[in-house]
Amino acid sequence: MMIGLTHYLILSGILFIIGLVGVMRRKNLLMLFFSTEILLNAVNIGFVAVSKYYGDLSGQMFAFFIIAVAASEVAVGLGLLVLWYKRTGSTDLDSLQMMKG
Amino acid sequence: MEKYLYITLFAPLLGSLIAALFAAQKKMLFTGIITSILIGISFLSSVILLNYIDGDTILHVKMMDWISAGNIDIPFGFVVDQVSVIMMVTVTLVSTVVHVYSIGYMEHDKSFNRFFSYLSAFVFSMLILVMSDNFAGLFIGWEGVGLCSWLLIGFWYHKHSASWAANEAFIMNRIADLGMLMGLFLIYWKVGSLQYDIVFANIVNLDVTTLTWIGVFLFIGAMGKSAQFPLHTWLADAMEGPTPVSALIHAATMVTAGVYLVIRAGEIYALIPEVGYVIASLGAFVAVFAASMALVNRDLKRIIAYSTLSQLGYMFVAAGLGAYWIALFHLMTHAFFKSLLFLGAGNVMHAMNDELDIKKMGGLYDSMKATAILMTLASIALAGIYPFAGFFSKDKILEVAFNHEAYLLWFALFIGAALTAFYSFRLVMLVFFGEKVHKKLGFHPHEVQPFVIYALTPLALLAIVAGFFEHSFHAFVTDLLKDYEFTLDHSIALILIFATSAVALSGIGFAVYKYSRGGFSESWEKKGIYKLLINQYYIPKFYELTIQKPLYNLSKFAWQKIDLKIVDATVDMIARVLYGTGDTARKIQSGNLSSMLRWMVAGVAILLVLAIFIRPMV
Amino acid sequence: MYEVIAFYTFAILTILMFSIVVLSKNALYAMSALAGGMIFIAGFFFLLDAEFLGVVQIIVYTGAIMALYAFGMMFFDTTREVKEKIHAKKVIYTLAILSAICFVVILSAPIYSANLEALYPTIEGVGNIQMIGLVLFTKYLVPFELAAIMLLVAMISGILLVSDRMDLNITLNDDDEEREII
Repeated sequence: MMIGLTHYLILSGILFIIGLVGVMRRKNLLMLFFSTEILLNAVNIGFVAVSKYYGDLSGQMFAFFIIAVAASEVAVGLGLLVLWYKRTGSTDLDSLQMMKG
Repeated sequence: MEKYLYITLFAPLLGSLIAALFAAQKKMLFTGIITSILIGISFLSSVILLNYIDGDTILHVKMMDWISAGNIDIPFGFVVDQVSVIMMVTVTLVSTVVHVYSIGYMEHDKSFNRFFSYLSAFVFSMLILVMSDNFAGLFIGWEGVGLCSWLLIGFWYHKHSASWAANEAFIMNRIADLGMLMGLFLIYWKVGSLQYDIVFANIVNLDVTTLTWIGVFLFIGAMGKSAQFPLHTWLADAMEGPTPVSALIHAATMVTAGVYLVIRAGEIYALIPEVGYVIASLGAFVAVFAASMALVNRDLKRIIAYSTLSQLGYMFVAAGLGAYWIALFHLMTHAFFKSLLFLGAGNVMHAMNDELDIKKMGGLYDSMKATAILMTLASIALAGIYPFAGFFSKDKILEVAFNHEAYLLWFALFIGAALTAFYSFRLVMLVFFGEKVHKKLGFHPHEVQPFVIYALTPLALLAIVAGFFEHSFHAFVTDLLKDYEFTLDHSIALILIFATSAVALSGIGFAVYKYSRGGFSESWEKKGIYKLLINQYYIPKFYELTIQKPLYNLSKFAWQKIDLKIVDATVDMIARVLYGTGDTARKIQSGNLSSMLRWMVAGVAILLVLAIFIRPMV
Repeated sequence: MYEVIAFYTFAILTILMFSIVVLSKNALYAMSALAGGMIFIAGFFFLLDAEFLGVVQIIVYTGAIMALYAFGMMFFDTTREVKEKIHAKKVIYTLAILSAICFVVILSAPIYSANLEALYPTIEGVGNIQMIGLVLFTKYLVPFELAAIMLLVAMISGILLVSDRMDLNITLNDDDEEREII
């Protein structure tokens, strides 16, 4: 039995779903960040797998840039999170209701 | 010579624009004077052109390109040839007189300046119409004339009847213009050009069916402008406009445009004599039909309007039978005496404080001699008595009909001549002679200012002597237009002339005899024939019942049922649905990030489902 | 054969780790599990002949990002269990399962893109790192530089956001009291 592209893509999909569950389920802002990391990583697996099976480096390049994006997202996101925590003493999502129209 | 062409054409426009500058101001005498002078200049330069044009030389200029797109190339070109120069002289002469006359007539009107602006624009449009060297330019003039007539007929727009009449004229003309446009499209489609010379050079190559359609469509256009049956009702209603406008519409501009078109397109009609014969038949019918309505009408201006209709019928008989120069000749002579009649009627109206019922006048000769003499002269000319202008032209038309062996047409025209003589003198008798009814009704008629009378004298002069130019006119015009061959024996022609003159004279005599003795008894007014005639054969009624009413009901139905209940309701429903969904969906916008994320995931799920079921075609 | 074993081992482990991240009530556990998951994902990258990316994954994710999270978590009380009021769990799981089914259906269907042309094909005999270097510094040079700028911006903004009074300019000797009012 060989491991094909489909295996990797399905794995990537499953991890993505786990990330989605996290995104929906988590109410803690920090945990939400963890879930987004999962999403990004799931996609990365897909990219790299495609890159490998089509013999094209573009996939890896994208994965590379996604890691860069994730890093900056965490930097800015954590900064905001800390600021928010300092102000309100809570990282609960339900306390973030300022966008209510 | 070109400069005279441009002067003729643009002097009225200049006058119109100058007057338009002061359109909203109070009366300023100089606007009337300036426009009159400019029209006068236009007249003079067209006379110079008349002298310049002869058998070999015509003036043809291309001012500028107008439409140049793809295969369409329509220039603004003008041609002064034998036909258009005659029209130009006639139009500008009558217009000059009308302008001068209007200074007196509109003296007390508060929209004096506006009136002159419209009037000059009207003349300009008509000049464009006659001077254009292609059908497109003619159409521009055609529409311009229609627009100006709308403005002028509805000049007293605060009067309901005036605005109604203006709209009626405009709409009737619009119906006809559609026909005209179809004709033009057909010409362009088949020939590929709208230039007269190119069209006429290539028209022989077309098959008869196409030619017939072109002829019919163009004639539909002419029918509208020249108010031929069944589009004639607007002309009598157009009398709501100021009298000088009526004179201008009836004599020189507007209604003659249709005849001019048929004459211009003569080369087309020459190839389809059947259509020409239909035109002639319609013309003859209108000649009698309109004359019969004029017999009983009591409205001073309407009588003259019907007489115009009738005379236009004569012109169409001549044009339809191929005697184009005779049609043009009658057009010219008719312009002179008809404008004279109208302007005289304007004087009478003024004297009678805008009273139009001729039964309420009578014996005005004593108080307004000059007008009475002028109008009598014009009536004699209209009736066609030797040596007045009408005699020469009208008689020729009858001769043409006889020559064509169209005896029925001839007979109709013959009857028409008798009727014409009768109603003209009925009018003269009732207005100027007989019992002074107006005294009892408390009118104090007075003669108009002298300069108005002086302005009318050239017309009177021409109404008398124009007929003697017949031979030179014939020689001049037939350089361009096809000559008409008379195969009639000279003696028969002479008999015809005598017969016509006799019938006209007897008509006059009968009118004079009858009305000098108090006219017809009242019992006539109860007869069916009188009712039929006074109601214009119930044609306006018929139109109202068959066209206006159903159309009105249809519009009302479309408005109340279709527009309000279907179209509007649909639009409203869309709005309501959107509003409702917005109202419901607003709850989603709780501002809670978590629920937003859930919605986002729901969206992703929906997209995924769609991705499964909707696959791109590979 | 070892590839298959490795794939399944890593797959099970990653799914397990990430499930812990998603479901755990303890933030510290969650973070540790995430770090583990990241390393297993790096394992996939090695399996897929993307050694460079695998290394980057370990360095950046497990090294830098997780460290950042760890530092960030120092601000919060991590020993306490994260209290979360999760409502409408059914919705979450329905949506998740629906999406999962969709993914599986889509991904297991035959892939049409057989005629996909490789833009930057891998060359036999050239190492992955070398290849990446070639492509990254030729075709992807501009995005690469932009990513660098983006990281710089993110770094500065992260510092600015978290630090206490970085909006004050020390060199200009601003009046502190005035700032206080603001």
